[in-house]
Amino acid sequence: MDSLTSQRAGLESGEFSSVELVEATLSRAEAEGRTLGAVVGLRGESALSEAAASDSRLRAGEARSPLEGTPFLLKDNMVMQGEPTTCASKILEPFISPYEGAMAEKLRAAGAIVIGRTNMDEFAMGSSTENSIFGPSHNPWDPTRTCGGSSGGAAAVVAAGVTGYALGSDTGGSIRQPASFCGVVGMKPTYGRVSRFGLVAFASSLDQIGPMTRTARECAWVLEAISGHDERDSTSIPEPAPRLESALDGDVSGLRIGLPKEYFVEGGTDPEVLARVHAGIKELESAGAKIVEVSLPHTEYVVATYYLVATAEASSNLARYDGARYGRRAEGVQDLDEMYRRSRSEGFGDEVKRRILLGTYVLSAGYFDAYYRKAQQVRTLVRNDFQKAFDTCDLIAGPTYPETAFGLGAKVDDPVSMYLGDIFTVSANLAGLPAISIPCGFAEGRPVGLQLLGPALGEAGLLRAADAFQRRTDFHEKRPVLDGISERIQELEKAR
Amino acid sequence: MSRISPEDVKRTAALARLSLSDDEMESMTRDLDRILEHADQLKALDTEGIEPTAHAIPLRTPLRVDRAAPAIDPEQALLNAPLREGTAFAVPKVIDGEGE
Amino acid sequence: MSQDPMDRYEVVIGLEVHTHLKTDSKLFSPAPVRYGDLPNHDVHPIDLAMPGVLPVLNQKVVGLAIRLGLATHSSIQERSVFSRKNYFYPDLPKGYQISQYDEPVVSDGFLDIEVPTKVNARSKKEKAETCVKRVGITRAHLEEDAGKSIHDTAVAGSDATLIDLNRAGVPLLEIVSEPDLRSASEAVAYLRSLRSILRYIDVSDADMEKGQFRCDANISLRLHGESEFGTRTEIKNLNSFASIEGAIHAEVIRQSEILDDGGQIVQATMLYDVDRNRTRVMRLKENADDYRYFDDPDLIPLQIEEAFIEAIRSELPELPEQKRVRFAEEYNLGSAEAEILVSSRSMADFFEETAQACDSAKAAANWISRDLRRELNERDLEVSDLELEPVVLAKLIRLVEDGRLTAKNARDLLPELVDRGGDPEQIMQERNLEAVSDSGLIDTLVQTVMQENGEAVELVRSGDDKPLNFLMGKVMQASQGKASPGEVRKTLVEKIKGNGTSGEVS
Repeated sequence: MDSLTSQRAGLESGEFSSVELVEATLSRAEAEGRTLGAVVGLRGESALSEAAASDSRLRAGEARSPLEGTPFLLKDNMVMQGEPTTCASKILEPFISPYEGAMAEKLRAAGAIVIGRTNMDEFAMGSSTENSIFGPSHNPWDPTRTCGGSSGGAAAVVAAGVTGYALGSDTGGSIRQPASFCGVVGMKPTYGRVSRFGLVAFASSLDQIGPMTRTARECAWVLEAISGHDERDSTSIPEPAPRLESALDGDVSGLRIGLPKEYFVEGGTDPEVLARVHAGIKELESAGAKIVEVSLPHTEYVVATYYLVATAEASSNLARYDGARYGRRAEGVQDLDEMYRRSRSEGFGDEVKRRILLGTYVLSAGYFDAYYRKAQQVRTLVRNDFQKAFDTCDLIAGPTYPETAFGLGAKVDDPVSMYLGDIFTVSANLAGLPAISIPCGFAEGRPVGLQLLGPALGEAGLLRAADAFQRRTDFHEKRPVLDGISERIQELEKAR
Repeated sequence: MSRISPEDVKRTAALARLSLSDDEMESMTRDLDRILEHADQLKALDTEGIEPTAHAIPLRTPLRVDRAAPAIDPEQALLNAPLREGTAFAVPKVIDGEGE
Repeated sequence: MSQDPMDRYEVVIGLEVHTHLKTDSKLFSPAPVRYGDLPNHDVHPIDLAMPGVLPVLNQKVVGLAIRLGLATHSSIQERSVFSRKNYFYPDLPKGYQISQYDEPVVSDGFLDIEVPTKVNARSKKEKAETCVKRVGITRAHLEEDAGKSIHDTAVAGSDATLIDLNRAGVPLLEIVSEPDLRSASEAVAYLRSLRSILRYIDVSDADMEKGQFRCDANISLRLHGESEFGTRTEIKNLNSFASIEGAIHAEVIRQSEILDDGGQIVQATMLYDVDRNRTRVMRLKENADDYRYFDDPDLIPLQIEEAFIEAIRSELPELPEQKRVRFAEEYNLGSAEAEILVSSRSMADFFEETAQACDSAKAAANWISRDLRRELNERDLEVSDLELEPVVLAKLIRLVEDGRLTAKNARDLLPELVDRGGDPEQIMQERNLEAVSDSGLIDTLVQTVMQENGEAVELVRSGDDKPLNFLMGKVMQASQGKASPGEVRKTLVEKIKGNGTSGEVS
């Protein structure tokens, strides 16, 4: 019962109750979830009492949604009333949210059970879930490696079968890259599809919440539940939640899949990864899809563009963590300026400071036009690239990330090389487009992700193709071996 | 070297209300310089006349009807306050001449 | 050298007015806008800048900004943008203020104000000679107010600064004038006129005591005839007409002393110390923060359609200036009287309703601009606060006009009507105040008074009119104020001097 599909079936048939499911999930979350460094907070008692209420609804035939009674985890940057949210940062330790965020609200209204929170890079800034006050998350397929980031904890819990689904947030690939590293499905919807109300902002014009699941069908269920217009978010698209499951008919005949030549250049991407991705695309082709070559000529500029835009917004979004109203205030401060400086310097980790500094710098007098405004202009060019590409294809395919999961500690001292890995993921955020990563094979025993990108509001098309792919492959059914993982992680920690 | 000087980093850190140790100053200056070096490749692109994108998805401003909702319970508002006095947040005194 | 710096220098003033918009909820949050509540009782998580909150624009402020724009002949921008102004201060919870920066909603307007023809008018006579001056309005933009920092340790009772965010997020319109003003009194005239318009069009209550109407003044001096502007300073946070006038005078003196000594003005932000009547430097502009303005990514640029603007234009009420001209013509009023009557929309409406109900605009204007205004001033009330209905005042006026109540008794009744209301006619009858026009009764009273005051009567008869007032007073007293004074005087003169006319007695 480690997938959402099996959990739904079990709950609907009465094979087990939500309380039983939540109990079992909580104990796995305590064991594997904590061991992997993927789970950072649990709300056992409240979750169980909500599960009991859910059971009465299930028994009465009053299930609120297909997710009724199913347990899941929020990422630790999504607030829930009365619960802690830390963003894996010392500066929000402690913080208890006095209000309910849209995700907790929507999924609870759908009958789903929030059991706790997953690990992440501090304020979602990172690609490895190593920048966390809770310590790193370990990849269930190989605990010496990262599970990607920033939604690494969410990817790990789904891969390890702790919960059937989890929510991630994606600013430059933070759902798709960890999904790719951990062999699960991760989708970043169209910007504005899912409400950001209650999502702690990293970069407002890029952030988007999305599901992490095992299958495209499960992804559709979760996305239906979390999307839809929210008048509390000015950037929410005024469209109702899409009906997605009906689109999953397995039919991709005639579907035009564009392969951007810039995504398949020699030398950039691990050849093993490229080979798996090519094989995945072949699979879709044999199912009737047509392959066309397209071009995204500004691909080489997207990483720089992304980091200028994202850090500028972040530098302003993170100004509210000042030690005045909530969160951490440094001890023994004598005056206001000292309160600001010490609370922030002691509260933020290195990567967050680096990005705040970069963002502050590119917005400051004399640099705004050369960096920030320039990046916004290039953002227009990137959008235009996609618009043009979608004239000749229905969706775009390529690798999610240039390599498989890298080793813990391998890139922490080299921010630029860490950033460059985002080359295939940040474009979807810059252009606001939906994108999904699905498991398409293994390289040296580690999962490889195939990324599909679609036009705005094209989630149904992406899910149809992803589902068609999963009907013909079984990569999503592979499970990491977790026996003895606890000992291995303990040894690793000792070695560190 | 160098696109950004230690003085620039110092000034920027002051704007962002961050204090950096000498070591941090050195490593941050180095990192920022490398990041900006990478960012400088954008200069090669001709963006004359290109409208900047602030929002990728075109939307209209949503407007909220002017109706007051109940305020949050002051105890909830102050739930996380590091220091309070009555229902006010308390912060160390402001030294004259700062801010607005 | 002349004592008055204005004889040597031309004063150049531009004003930035921050006015609270009249809304029930805040600019970007649904928290209520209220005044005088305990700290942090009027806040939403959005105003506290809790992690994860997002702003959504209040619909009403858009219409209010457009109204002000139309009332000041400005253009309304089809597209305007909300930016973030980044700086740290504890009353600014997000670490940035959302404000319109390079694309404001309103721009390029003007306001016509009445000012003394002579800029440096000193005498009463000089001040009375006025002309209309056009003051340019550069722009008006929407922004959110900050909270309040309470620094006074006596209030705080400790060494801490206390933060109250009730005001954080209250919608403000910042109205920026061109540097067209040339004296403190012109500045005040502009502000009074602007405040009056804001109230007329119901955009703001503009109550200065509540901090709803605050002003920053930019001031520079230049020699008369010079075409370049001098270096300016900005005085922050002026919140009464007296402090605005005082601050400008003080700053003009400070700058002129520096210039007279051959010094240079340094660009700075100033504070005005009311007690010492001096301005002092708060901070130098060269140390100013770098605000790092950029478009707020949480908000979409505001689009305003022409049809929406036209709908607001069609509902725009008559403005004070238009009303003043109309009153003068339609009701044949003097300009001073008309000026008073249009000082607020409620005053003007009260006048028109009263005038119609008592069928005498002249009398209504007189009563309202003098007697009623005095009662209001004594009570520190506005017309809009009054329980007194225009029809009630009209009844009182009608009684006087019909000679049924003496003006004096009517004036005596007014405070009671203002405080407690009631029917003037009924009160008049209950108190037996109806004017005595019965000549027989007046004859009798005059007769009696004459008998009791033979000496005075003799003096009058011998040509000394001085005691006549004394005798009149006696008769009025005897009539309990009900006798018509004209009638009494006429009877007295007749009886003492025969049918002959007497000198004017008043």
